[in-house]
Amino acid sequence: MAPPLLSVRDLRVEFDTRDGIIPVIQNLSFDLHAGGTLGIVGESGCGKSMTALAVMGLVPGPMGRIAGGSIRLDGEDLVAAGEQRLRQVRGNEISMVFQEPMTSLNPVFTVGDQIGETVRLHQGLSRREAVNRAIEMLRAVGIPAPEKRVHEYPHQLSGGMRQRVMIAMALACRPRVLIADEPTTALDVTVQAQIFDLLQDLQAETGTAIILITHDMGAIAELAERVIVMYAGRKVEDGPVGEILGQPLHPYTKGLIRCVPHLEADPPVERRELMEIPGVVPGLSQLGGVGCPFSPRCSESRPDCNMMPVEKAGPGDHSVACWAVSEAAS
Amino acid sequence: MHIASVLIRRILNAAGLLAAVLILCFTLIHLAPGDPAEVIAGEMGGATEEMMAEIRALYGLDRPFHVQLLSYLGNVAQGDLGYSFYFNQPVTDLIVERLGATLLLVISALLLAIFLGTFLGVVAARNPNGLISHFVTVLALFGYAAPVFWTAIILLILFASVIPIFPASGGMYDITGPDDPISRALDIAHHMVLPVITLSTIYLAFYSRLARASMLDVLGSDYIRTARAKGLAEVVVVYKHALRNAVLPVVTFAGLQFAQLMSGAVLVEAVYSWPGLGTLAFESLLRRDTPTLLGILFFSSMVVIIANLLTDIAYRLIDPRIRSGAR
Amino acid sequence: MSDAAREFEQELRVESPAREAWRMFISNNSAIVGLAIFTLIILTTFVGPLVYTVDPFELVWAPLTPPGEEGWLLGTDYLGRDLVAGLLIGGQSTLAVGAAAAVITITIGITVGALAGYYRGWVDEALMRVTEFFQVLPPLLLAMVLVMLFEPSLTTIAFAIGIVSWTSAARLTRAEFMRIRELEYVKAARSISASNARIIWRVILPNAAPPLIVSAALSVGTAILFEAGLSFLGLSDANVMSWGKLIGDNRPAILAAWWPVTFPGVAIFLTVLAVSLIGDGLNDALNPKLRRR
Repeated sequence: MAPPLLSVRDLRVEFDTRDGIIPVIQNLSFDLHAGGTLGIVGESGCGKSMTALAVMGLVPGPMGRIAGGSIRLDGEDLVAAGEQRLRQVRGNEISMVFQEPMTSLNPVFTVGDQIGETVRLHQGLSRREAVNRAIEMLRAVGIPAPEKRVHEYPHQLSGGMRQRVMIAMALACRPRVLIADEPTTALDVTVQAQIFDLLQDLQAETGTAIILITHDMGAIAELAERVIVMYAGRKVEDGPVGEILGQPLHPYTKGLIRCVPHLEADPPVERRELMEIPGVVPGLSQLGGVGCPFSPRCSESRPDCNMMPVEKAGPGDHSVACWAVSEAAS
Repeated sequence: MHIASVLIRRILNAAGLLAAVLILCFTLIHLAPGDPAEVIAGEMGGATEEMMAEIRALYGLDRPFHVQLLSYLGNVAQGDLGYSFYFNQPVTDLIVERLGATLLLVISALLLAIFLGTFLGVVAARNPNGLISHFVTVLALFGYAAPVFWTAIILLILFASVIPIFPASGGMYDITGPDDPISRALDIAHHMVLPVITLSTIYLAFYSRLARASMLDVLGSDYIRTARAKGLAEVVVVYKHALRNAVLPVVTFAGLQFAQLMSGAVLVEAVYSWPGLGTLAFESLLRRDTPTLLGILFFSSMVVIIANLLTDIAYRLIDPRIRSGAR
Repeated sequence: MSDAAREFEQELRVESPAREAWRMFISNNSAIVGLAIFTLIILTTFVGPLVYTVDPFELVWAPLTPPGEEGWLLGTDYLGRDLVAGLLIGGQSTLAVGAAAAVITITIGITVGALAGYYRGWVDEALMRVTEFFQVLPPLLLAMVLVMLFEPSLTTIAFAIGIVSWTSAARLTRAEFMRIRELEYVKAARSISASNARIIWRVILPNAAPPLIVSAALSVGTAILFEAGLSFLGLSDANVMSWGKLIGDNRPAILAAWWPVTFPGVAIFLTVLAVSLIGDGLNDALNPKLRRR
């Protein structure tokens, strides 16, 4: 197998808070191959978005910082790279689509200016060429009448349209990695499907690798090849999408999957009950403890859970960090 | 909504406000204790009862209130704001002569306050716990608490007497100096420094604090994160993407505070003998010259109304959401 | 009662909002400094003249005697009047006018804002037009005209300042009323057919109070600055000493002597500084949510 395009090893991100230094991401490792799609799932506050910002080199300072590990793009360690090099990477080799299309576009510049700005910066296009590229990109993301829309301001577009603009902006330089952070959470359900279809089409066309961050298991099933499940800043399970969805090992993953309602063409007489995971995600100040952070909410909690579980290989290409699993699976 | 129709509505509104100012001025004269005829007679050095009646007839003071009001409005519409007995000149001429000096002072001070204040605010916001940030906080407190006329006097003592680098005589230029345009302009600039700095202090303090708060808010917004994610240099992120949004409240307040600025100008001009409306107001106050003082009130309000109109247009140019009527 | 029960009860006992605000206020260093300066100024100006009985209008020594010389602590002004006496007695009228003007400002502001925000519709439209009108009149010029026409006295000055500075309090009150009138407890009051007057003054106003208290505190500072400005221009009661009057009287002599204008200026500055520190402290204490933003 070819070496991975993006390889994250033992990533640790820390924040300074009033209660001291808090690790919001610990021991995170994953690989992304060229043209592949990696899903990252977990509830809000599990460190998914922070992972994305870390890859972009945009951990909000001065409180936050990458405190350890490496993020290698084609072998080059971005953690060690200077700000200037990171600016060349951002928007050009790795780009990102954010969760909030309503507020992620600058209200005082036209859509065309904002898309064009990226290509002018990274590819040195002239103003006129940049407008043409912006029109081309708007057409590619399925915005009707792009010649007209290119001169409009964000407030003149609907939420779905704005997210398309964000995607157009992110893909304008043909990046090798696209990070989509909850790209559809703020949108209507029908629009959500359109955006996912669009991402899939564009990926097929451009070969961009995608990191899809979401808590929507349906989207993961449809788009991702591999999935990592995060909880409280740690990876708790990692594997091919089929195995994770079909045979989840970690109690948290099982919980997440049970939360998803299933629409079936021919529903069985007795439908599975829709479950929720009791309790809430630990707050910032609760991170960095010695025990398994999920144990307070876990139905399979046991005395060992006072210690942090280590990642261990499960069946096949599947790994999990849980004391309860070790006996059952391996 | 189209910008032209907005503009027309604003202009109509402004005209209404101006008419209201006039009615207020006129009513104030009538409400005030004392007979205007007596005042006029006093200016002329005393008068008999017959002369008083003559004066009343001459100025229409014997007619009913509303008739007098209408004729007053009619006069103003023709540019006649009355006659100043003290200065022996029509009020309109007096004011028009001095309006330029006040506008020069006020606009320079406002621009200085806006640009320097915004700059300080932005620098402070980029490093909220840094030295500049604390300086802005302290400046804001001091700028608010120090009476502007006192600041003027202290600066005058310091920089015209102790360290004599600026003219102590006040005024706008040295009448004995060379009168070719370039020397005159330089001389005016030299005389302007202290008054402009004094007048801008209060607003500098206010705008730097406002810009700091607004910039902090904008820098935390999603579209700034987007701009960073594009790989833009920090300078571009701050001065292109953030500043244009952060400056909106500053523009709004600049317009709203124009009335206060005209007020401050009165005090600053009085200290530096700057030959503008403020000094005129001060002099007419000493002479109890009511027509002139009311004329100044009217003209200053007009300046404020026009400034508000311009602010409104500027705001629409900066913010496309307002421009197209969507909020 | 068992210990556990007592502990439980202790936990239940929620601090009253006023007490909590006071606790936050006194834990704020700059607010305490402001309060200390302000108390000191009040004490000196109101108790001082009882101890130090020189008449501020009396010509006690040679004009423009520098501070400290001939036993005059702060020196004398251009007429030879004692500046210590001037500062002490002058502070009384400056502070009194400042306080009275602030009361007038906030009273007009709250009344206009409450009626506009509560009734909305044409009442709002009309009152906002009036507010807009007052906002285009340069406040100092209007105050000058008013005081000149009605003869300078402490009363006319206080009213003039109130009349020209109520607009921002009105806008603030209106905004608060518009927000609060839509809340559940106001709807509940209306549903038991409480009278409009009762809803305005007893239900909404107390809940709109925190920002209005801050605004009132800050308007004391603005009013003091205003009084000083008017006195400086010569619009003061000729028989009453005030800080602004001292500066105004001595203005022609500034290049010869710095002290007659500097000391009253410092007094005004410290007072307004103290008031605005108190205002900021109140703001932090009464609107804790805003602070944490």
